[in-house]
Amino acid sequence: MKPVPFEYERPHSLKAACQLLADDEDAVIIAGGQTLIPMLAMRLARPSRLVDISRIDGLSGIEEQTDNITVGCMTRHAEVERSPVIASHVPLLSAAMPWVGHAPIRVRGTIGGSIANADPSAEVPLVLVTLDGTITLSNATGSRTIPARSFFSGPMMTEIQPGECLTAADFPVWQHSRTGIGFREIAKRHGDFAMVAASAQVSVDATGKCIACAIGIGGVTDTPLALPELASSLVGTAFTDQSVHDAAKAATDNLSAMSDPQTSPEYRKRAATKLIADALMAARNDALETSEGVTT
Amino acid sequence: MKCQLRVNGEDHTIDVEPRTTLLDALRDNLKLTGTHVGCEHGICGACTVLADGEPVRSCLMLAAQADAGPEITTIEGLSTAPGELSIIQDAFCEAHGLQCGYCTPGMIITASALLERNATPNRDDIVDAISANLCRCTGYGQIVEAIELAAEKLRQRNASPSEASQ
Ligand SMILES: Cc1cc2nc3c(=O)[nH]c(=O)nc-3n(C[C@H](O)[C@H](O)[C@H](O)COP(=O)(O)OP(=O)(O)OC[C@H]3O[C@@H](n4cnc5c(N)ncnc54)[C@H](O)[C@@H]3O)c2cc1C
Ligand code: FES
Ligand code: FES
Repeated sequence: MKPVPFEYERPHSLKAACQLLADDEDAVIIAGGQTLIPMLAMRLARPSRLVDISRIDGLSGIEEQTDNITVGCMTRHAEVERSPVIASHVPLLSAAMPWVGHAPIRVRGTIGGSIANADPSAEVPLVLVTLDGTITLSNATGSRTIPARSFFSGPMMTEIQPGECLTAADFPVWQHSRTGIGFREIAKRHGDFAMVAASAQVSVDATGKCIACAIGIGGVTDTPLALPELASSLVGTAFTDQSVHDAAKAATDNLSAMSDPQTSPEYRKRAATKLIADALMAARNDALETSEGVTT
Repeated sequence: MKCQLRVNGEDHTIDVEPRTTLLDALRDNLKLTGTHVGCEHGICGACTVLADGEPVRSCLMLAAQADAGPEITTIEGLSTAPGELSIIQDAFCEAHGLQCGYCTPGMIITASALLERNATPNRDDIVDAISANLCRCTGYGQIVEAIELAAEKLRQRNASPSEASQ
């Protein structure tokens, strides 16, 4: 199908883009278009105007700060996937990128678009929430930064207010030398959205004891979900298959999981338990190997 | 709106509605009908073209987004001259990498992007690259073989460029 008619604007400043959005409540941002254009084609979206933010200077790029990496909203998935800076400082994000659709989608899709779109199964929001990152939003008069864990309010729903553009996401960098990651996903076919995904980052000390832990799940509840209590219950322990599995099971027991014709809530919770445990063990083993100098 | 597109090395100015996809602009305005229309929402890969050398879905790009933007290469731009076949196209014929041919332009564009980055792809690399493209005829086996053959031929040509051009 073909989209309904709309106006198209390509402002050259962030302020002008935000003003266009503020002046017309039916205007929407187009970034990579990899979600919006299918929605237009199926006429599920009928905006009056598209505001193309792709030619605004300063919205794209990966910047190293002291404790985090800032990724500009227009940074394409493919750039993040290939970035050596991301690979060495936020390896969990590197590990998640190949799961985002297929290569041609990642050439056009953007980090800001993935986050703003707030699909509960999307990988980039999952990693951001797992690592307790932040999101910066701007309007025509200023900007604000909020924790990713309070940004997602429901499926495809966020804290973005009318007239606002998501300009960047900050991914925290862990300084512990022995840090490992684990990312696990079940999808019907490679490239499809996740039915369930789990992402984990773990640091260990010289004895192999866990000194820091982060874990999150996607596709289970209606937003990507960090499990900070599960993570902190594992800090100070030596992971065993059994203890990690029991902790994962306890953490998923009371979740209200989503349901769709293919995937029941019970399946989602069972799969989440298994993927959480696998991701945590993989992260812990990765951290141990790092300490032995086996991997870089 | 007016859009300036650079396609297969040539500049074009076209006048289209903002809702026109790059796919429709290529086919309807520039008459480059080698790029095929399948699902029109990013699933099938029939419409794949190169934007600055990288594979993209032309159904998921507006002509307006390509205005004064990336250089586009379509299947027509891959062959060396009208009526001639590129090495990859030739390999698809030789290895029977097509039946009805509907998916073929997208497959060949995808293969050319892969081989541009990786001269020695293994079977998994090839399968991963074309996993973004649907074929309802071949069962994929011969497409994978065609890309393996193309990689081999490209390596031979690059090892002895003068012989291959004779
Ligand atoms: C076949 C296919 C498979 C896919 N598989 C996956 C997958 O497995 N996992 C996954 O995560 N994604 C998947 N995607 C979606 C893809 O990752 C999208 O690129 C991404 O969700 C949206 O990014 P975009 O830049 O294309 O945004 P657009 O499509 O341009 O925009 C999406 C939405 O976000 C809004 N928006 C965009 N940028 C901003 C901003 N800076 N500030 C405020 N609002 C903004 C838009 O107004 C729109 O509502 C798939 C897409 C396709 C077509
Ligand atoms: S027509 Fe573009 S992906 Fe199917
Ligand atoms: S050859 Fe018919 S769809 Fe691939």
